[in-house]
Amino acid sequence: MGADSLFGPLDPAPDAGWTAAPPRMGFFTDTSVCIGCKACEVACKEWNAVPDDGFNLLGTSYDNTGGLSANSWRHVAFIEQDVLTQTGRPDINWLMMSNVCKHCTHAGCLDVCPTGALFRTEFGTVVVQEDVCNGCGYCIPACPYGVIDQREDDGRAWKCTMCYDRMGDGMTPACAQACPTQSIQYGELDELRTRADARVAALHADGDSRARLYGHDPQDGVGGDGAFFLLLDEPEVYGLPPDPVVATRDLPAMWRRAGVAGLAMAAAVVVSFLGGRA
Amino acid sequence: MAEAHPVGFQYVVEAKNRGAKIIHVDPRFTRTSALAHTHVPVRAGADIAFLGGVVNHILSNEKDFREYVVAYTNASMIVSEEFRDTEDLDGLFSGFDPSTASYDQASWMYAGAEDEAKQPASTETAEPMRHESHGPPVPAGVPRDLTLRHPRCVYQILRRHYARYTPEVVERVCGVPRDQFLEVCEAWTANSGRERTTALVYSVGWTQHSVGVQYIRTGAIIQLLLGNMGRPGGGVMALRGHASIQGSTDIPTLFNLLPGYLPMPHHRQHETFRQWVDAIRHPEQKGFWANAEAYAVSLLKAYWGDAATADNDWGFGWLPRLTGDHGTYQQVLDMIDGKVKGYFLLGQNPAVGSAHGKAQRLGMANLDWLVVRDLFMIESATFWKDGPEVESGEIVPSQCRTEVFFLPAASHAEKEGTFTQTQRMLQWREKALDPPGDCRSELWFFQHLGRRIRAKLAGSRLARDQGILQLTWDYPDDDGEVILKEINGYDLSTGQLLPGFAGLRADGSTSCGCWIYSGVFKDGVNQAARRKPGREQDWVAREWGWAWPMDRRTLYNRASADPDGRPWSERKKYVWWDPGAGEWTGYDVPDFEKTKPPSYRPPDGASGVAAISGDDPFIMQGDGKGWLYAPSGLIDGPLPTHYEPAESTVRNPLYGQQANPARKVYERPDNPVNPISRVYPFVFTTSRLTEHHTAGGMSRQLAYLSELQPEMFVEVSPQLAGERGLEHLGWAHIVTARAAIEARVMVTSRLRPLRIEGQLVHQIWMPYHWGNQGLVTGDSANDLLGITLDPNVLIQESKVGTCDIQPGRRPTGPALLEYVAAYRRRAEEHGR
Repeated sequence: MGADSLFGPLDPAPDAGWTAAPPRMGFFTDTSVCIGCKACEVACKEWNAVPDDGFNLLGTSYDNTGGLSANSWRHVAFIEQDVLTQTGRPDINWLMMSNVCKHCTHAGCLDVCPTGALFRTEFGTVVVQEDVCNGCGYCIPACPYGVIDQREDDGRAWKCTMCYDRMGDGMTPACAQACPTQSIQYGELDELRTRADARVAALHADGDSRARLYGHDPQDGVGGDGAFFLLLDEPEVYGLPPDPVVATRDLPAMWRRAGVAGLAMAAAVVVSFLGGRA
Repeated sequence: MAEAHPVGFQYVVEAKNRGAKIIHVDPRFTRTSALAHTHVPVRAGADIAFLGGVVNHILSNEKDFREYVVAYTNASMIVSEEFRDTEDLDGLFSGFDPSTASYDQASWMYAGAEDEAKQPASTETAEPMRHESHGPPVPAGVPRDLTLRHPRCVYQILRRHYARYTPEVVERVCGVPRDQFLEVCEAWTANSGRERTTALVYSVGWTQHSVGVQYIRTGAIIQLLLGNMGRPGGGVMALRGHASIQGSTDIPTLFNLLPGYLPMPHHRQHETFRQWVDAIRHPEQKGFWANAEAYAVSLLKAYWGDAATADNDWGFGWLPRLTGDHGTYQQVLDMIDGKVKGYFLLGQNPAVGSAHGKAQRLGMANLDWLVVRDLFMIESATFWKDGPEVESGEIVPSQCRTEVFFLPAASHAEKEGTFTQTQRMLQWREKALDPPGDCRSELWFFQHLGRRIRAKLAGSRLARDQGILQLTWDYPDDDGEVILKEINGYDLSTGQLLPGFAGLRADGSTSCGCWIYSGVFKDGVNQAARRKPGREQDWVAREWGWAWPMDRRTLYNRASADPDGRPWSERKKYVWWDPGAGEWTGYDVPDFEKTKPPSYRPPDGASGVAAISGDDPFIMQGDGKGWLYAPSGLIDGPLPTHYEPAESTVRNPLYGQQANPARKVYERPDNPVNPISRVYPFVFTTSRLTEHHTAGGMSRQLAYLSELQPEMFVEVSPQLAGERGLEHLGWAHIVTARAAIEARVMVTSRLRPLRIEGQLVHQIWMPYHWGNQGLVTGDSANDLLGITLDPNVLIQESKVGTCDIQPGRRPTGPALLEYVAAYRRRAEEHGR
């Protein structure tokens, strides 16, 4: 696989040292059929025993969760858009999207974790081991999507595990299992990518030119996501970064520059000594 | 549908992915609209004007499925010369008596049968409900004109009645632009006919109007005109409010019905067993109700076993009797008046969930005792100590006379039994775990309650106690299958389970708890527990669950074949006549006598099943036809007509008659109605959020659901917000003649003012899930409503009313009562 483990396409489980790893598993969240029922949020919390996130009316359409956090591992965003129909009549686009941890090919959180609490599973997903995490919080700024979060009362970092405990038994993650419209699809990532391409083509053929994929491209700044999306507008509209980049992408360049700078400094010192003698 | 039935909505999404066009007609833009191709905003309470426009479109453009209409509906039947339409009488049908606000229906009858019309149907006992599974009585041999040209044939009456429901009128009355309306008409008609069918799916908010039954009738007229009944992919489907509401009408929790739609006897109309049975079977009538005596006797045998004999009329004398309106709203008013002493509430939270919350709570505060069985301590169990009336001073806890008993109940996962869904399909549920602590199932509770009552009554010689003492009451604890077997019925001579209702006898040799469910335990197998996956069988999937009657998945499916018994088309092939074998066959169980050929014509004087012609698919109807026009059986008219809701902001644009003239009203000081007045200038409607369950008893107690919708809110359009100075996320209060409630404001373009009769009408929307108990609390939207009912089925008009909305919180304490009273006074003074 990839010669460069820090950037670009690769199969993360073998790269992490798994031998005979099963196929990489992932989520394809098709927002064009999301009905905003939030069953994913509830099913996730039920299965993973995630605490409630407080009772706050946010006034952001029907979203009272606000975003992904230590206590919300699925989050349904609601976006109301005033638009006009083809005949010029006022109409609404009500976009709904169930957001989740992207399980990046190059996961910033995992790369910076000093304790090994975050690890790459055999399915290519990224999981925090709650009994190892010491709450240092390095992972939080490392995530280019702002997903992973510390729980206030215990300080540890929490996020979606893609229901690692269910996957091991061949079960579907709780959110995908509960989704009534198959907006959340779980499966082998390669197959999901093929399915997603077909879905975009079908929507385009139906005249919905808004449809586009997000996080599906192994050439993007995180080497492609294990959980990717079909969106009906720009990523920013849903609160997603348009061009996420894992911090480690620039690590070799930084080391190179640091190395060059160091050499230059050393050279300068040498030169200064030489000059002194001159 | 996506809001209240997200799981069922997966099939709409699937249909959309396969090319179906989704149109959503709703006052506001909801999660359903978000997935639809077109959202059609409509004024709440104007549905008959909209659907009447569709009928007019079909008839004026001759888009009806003519062969089907002529053969299978009553389009060709000639109606009495005496009949006068709303078009002649400015919104009334012939026969109206203003002094009783009811109709003499004789003139609505078919020609020559006027004398047989039943006089007059009773608004007191929701009589038309018993026609749910069969038509009301009509004679056989009605004169017909198969050319549909006779001026008094149903087809022509229908044309004249709906002629004024033009697209322009739809626009004026409903606020729906002409082109959008025509888009709906085109989609519906283009998807109906020989090769295609359309399903009409509604949710039960549709029934909650003073003309609710007529709403659904209008839908049924369209479906019949387009040939969408009795055929695959067609039908009129009610998405019920929660699990097994269909089951609770089949084996009813209703005051006026016994299992299988047998009527509860009335103390005057049904003094004897014979009178009662003949009132059901109508001796000269054709159709399957002719066997009603067998169903009735078998039910009484199930109740009283060996004690039910021919000599004592199978215990008919032990059945309770109706004496009038015992509907839920009449009961509540009777409680306020001190006429009711005790009340059982099972899984119901009327303090939040029923119309006119104050009346509900004041009624329950005036009992001797109240038993509440629920999962949680709900508002209907705590109103006496911390309800809104305690704050206002109307209930003083130390003086409240009602003794409240709270009994913890098992949830659906903690007990076994069946759910019956909209397709009349019974599905067996296993018990997943034992209920915690003292929680018990309904089965356990009633069985033990019965045992204790019988022990207390033991030895009594009082006549009124005999019905209870003679009951067969020897059930094992918590065994749902024993009950389902009793419902299925037994051959008492052999002790064998019956294969179906055809085996029921009127001689006391069979017992059956609900004749339409007979066959659910055929061959000793719990048929409702069948769960063969759809992918392992054909598309009708008959080995999943069990549907009444006799496992038919589509009712009246004889109509899926043409009059000669051939499928209308290869594409919509379903049930057909096999001339070689001499029987009906197909993918479903034929809803017809198996060997009666399409060419069969009944001999003169035939009655009952023998009188059903080989081309009469609607075998439970007295004339074997689907009714475009209802010559009897409905209290408020033979044809749906647009009336304004009991509370409206406009005069009826179509007729001088403002609202349904036969609607059930309770004129009393504690049930005031908003007049048309600028004091109550806005229309409001209520419904559910996906995140909560009805009155909140099962969702406001759960953190994972409560956090998703944590507060009572009200949705208003940006225009109305501007007009009233309402701020997004600020407080507002909503006022009607009954109450003022407060809510947080959600300003959203998903609500849009409509232009009605040249006047801008603002609509307001609220969820109705909140009360003062649970993790998240708030005012109850149902407190805003008064009590006005559909006369046919006594269901309340709770989906439309008028109100005012003002910024800021409502007054509290006794000041709140004065605030609401001041609105009432101003409305009276100002008039319009």
